[in-house]
Amino acid sequence: MEICRRKNQIEISELDPFLAELLRQIPSSANPEGEPAAERRIFSPPINGKQPEMCAEWKMYVEPELRRLFQTATETVGADLKQLNGNEQSLTNRTLRIPTKHSDAWLSALNQARLVIAAKNNFTELELSDHLRSPIGSRRDLSLFQVNFYGFLQEFILRELEC
Amino acid sequence: MTAKPLEAEVAVPLTSGIVRFMSAGPSTIGAPTIEKETRAEEALDLPWHVVVHNDPVNLMSYVTMVFQRVFGYPRDKAERHMLEVHQKGRSILWSGMRERAELYVQQLHGYLLLATIEKVT
Repeated sequence: MEICRRKNQIEISELDPFLAELLRQIPSSANPEGEPAAERRIFSPPINGKQPEMCAEWKMYVEPELRRLFQTATETVGADLKQLNGNEQSLTNRTLRIPTKHSDAWLSALNQARLVIAAKNNFTELELSDHLRSPIGSRRDLSLFQVNFYGFLQEFILRELEC
Repeated sequence: MTAKPLEAEVAVPLTSGIVRFMSAGPSTIGAPTIEKETRAEEALDLPWHVVVHNDPVNLMSYVTMVFQRVFGYPRDKAERHMLEVHQKGRSILWSGMRERAELYVQQLHGYLLLATIEKVT
């Protein structure tokens, strides 16, 4: 896989089917529904301690706005990922082009996905900092690889935003 | 002699803690119709902190970028706060009036950071 900036696009080329599939899973991985731990992380309370009135107002007025914001980001990413539609064979050496104007949506969706996967698997700080762990093994290892792969993409997009 | 009815003004507290004098309908009270603003008790109260808590998933570079965007901090200041979050588990990013603090926390949640408001003790 290669990743570089070309004019107003971030280009991810020479994608193998495995990485292409991980990319295609970003929108679904970012969805915390049905996972209480992930929901709690994505929609965390605005205040520590007992402030039921404030928390209730937050749930009523702010959370729906946040949900819309996060959904818009994953929809933008989902639309970009349509470039990768096709069967496994057609995914060999595919190229994904992300318009730089979609960078914020990608940063958000990648972050959502990383947080949801980490919450679902209850990853420890030690596991999250172990970047040499093999992706081949358990489902948990694969999820950890997914978190790290999405983190790598985030880092690249952030670097490009600074340029 | 009968005074011409004037529209009286009553103090209505708003969420910001500012009390605005508003019309309350006809009355015989001869109050001036000047609109005033006074500080409510809450506004004179202690300020609130915006606190960001550590999260091992969020990237350091991402957190720095969010601090720059939300608070307009220069990169070195944003990095100092990011490191404080990382090393000490939390950092106070801003202190001031509650309404503004809530707005900052809302923005930080929009970037998926763990942020809360805390009353200064």
